[in-house]
Formats: sequence, C-alpha cells, structure tokens
Amino acid sequence: MTANGNLLIDDAYLETIRRDMIKFARLQLRDQAQAEDAVQEALLAALGNAKGFAGRAALKTWVFAILRNKIVDSIRQRHRTTNISALSSEEESLDQAFEAQFKANAHWNLGARPSDWGGPEETLRQQEFWVVFEACLEHLPENTARVFMMREFLEFETSEVCRELSITTSNCNVILHRARNGLRRCLEKSWFSAGEQPC
Amino acid sequence: MLTCKNATQLLSEAQDRKLALSEKMRLEIHLALCKGCKNYRNQMKFLSQTCRRFVEERNKDSE
Repeated sequence: MTANGNLLIDDAYLETIRRDMIKFARLQLRDQAQAEDAVQEALLAALGNAKGFAGRAALKTWVFAILRNKIVDSIRQRHRTTNISALSSEEESLDQAFEAQFKANAHWNLGARPSDWGGPEETLRQQEFWVVFEACLEHLPENTARVFMMREFLEFETSEVCRELSITTSNCNVILHRARNGLRRCLEKSWFSAGEQPC
Repeated sequence: MLTCKNATQLLSEAQDRKLALSEKMRLEIHLALCKGCKNYRNQMKFLSQTCRRFVEERNKDSE
C-alpha cells in the first residue's frame, strides 16, 4: 500500500465506512451475513487499489461504487434459486391495502386521498424523517424492496433491473408501483398527517 | 376517462420511462381535475428525490 493509501485509511475511518456500507447493503439484501460478505469483498477490492485518491471523499465514492456491484452480484446469485416476482402474503396484503384506497369506480376513497407533502427540502433536513423513511423501507416486503432499491438506490434503468432479475417489463412496473405505493402510504401515515378532502 | 387507480400506475411509470404522448395527455387531463392524483404525482417525485438524497448522504464523507 502506498503512503498516500495509508494516510487515507486509518482503522477508525475504515470502521466508520464499513458500518455505513453494511447498513446500506443490509437494507437491500435483508441479510446480515450476505451484507457483511458484500462489504468485505468491496473493501478488499477497493483497498487493493487505494492509491491516487484525491481524498477520503473520493475513496468513499469509489468504495460504494464497488459495493453497488457486489450487491447486484449477491442479488443475482440469490435470484437463481428464488423467484423474485412470486407474491408473498406480505405483497398480497400490500396489494389489498392499495385496492382499499379506491371506491368501486376506481377513484380515491374518502380519507385515502393522497395529501400535499409540500417540497422535500424542509422535510429532508429533519433527522427524524430519515428514521421513519428507513423504517418504511424495512417494512416493505423483501422482493418488492429489492426491485425498488435496485431502481432507486443502485440507479439501474428499469430495463436493466428486468434483465438482471429476468422479469418482464410489465411485471417490473407492477412491482415498482407496489413499492412506491407502499412507501407512500407508510410515510403518509407515519410522518405526514393524512386525510384531506375527497377527490 | 382515466381512473385514479390507473393514474397512479402511470405516475409510477413516469419515474422510470418517458410516457407516450397519448398517456401524457390522458394523465394531464385527469390531473387537472383531481387534486388527489396531483398530490400523488408530487409524492412520487418526493420519493425519488428522497432516495437520491439517501444515497448521496451515504456516500458523503462522514467526518
């Protein structure tokens, strides 16, 4: 390792990064051991190349870029043995909750109508919001969450998500809609005050 | 006429792909009349901005 590399990577700093990485990976993999493996591999790969970084920020960006690939590898591997589009009872109950928001004519039910959340800036500054947001993410069913996070956190195009997980585009759209609606309802209930005038 | 239920599906897909002109027109007409779905659209944008910020914060140096 170069002198520059050594400067960047003291043990305390490494531990901080590692903790952040595991948290990020665990949210998506829903499995502590797999998250730790992915982080371990990403760190080893990154530290092997830890020279020429302009600073710690650059190093961290680099390490997370590697982690992104490790997370996808892990999802891909697991996907060989499970069907990501299969509906668990959790997914079914999310769908039921979605349907229950509408009247027979498919317009919003009284009380279920989405409310005005205002702009995100003020909300996102509040530390407590992030706690609720993470709890809502954890609350999503596993496969639903995985597809959503591949799209929104790992920033894959929908076509790439479909290809990686071998699901159809329309299936992917249904899953993303389910995830967004689940999150939206969770945030509305747990953070924003719900219930306005009907549609 | 688009229902609110169908509008929510389109509003989710609008985060992932460019909607066809016909879809966009039907959606805009619906949104002009429906405050709930207008709020839903803003909530979809809110969610996606929140996710982006979440990732940015993660990647930021935590010192």
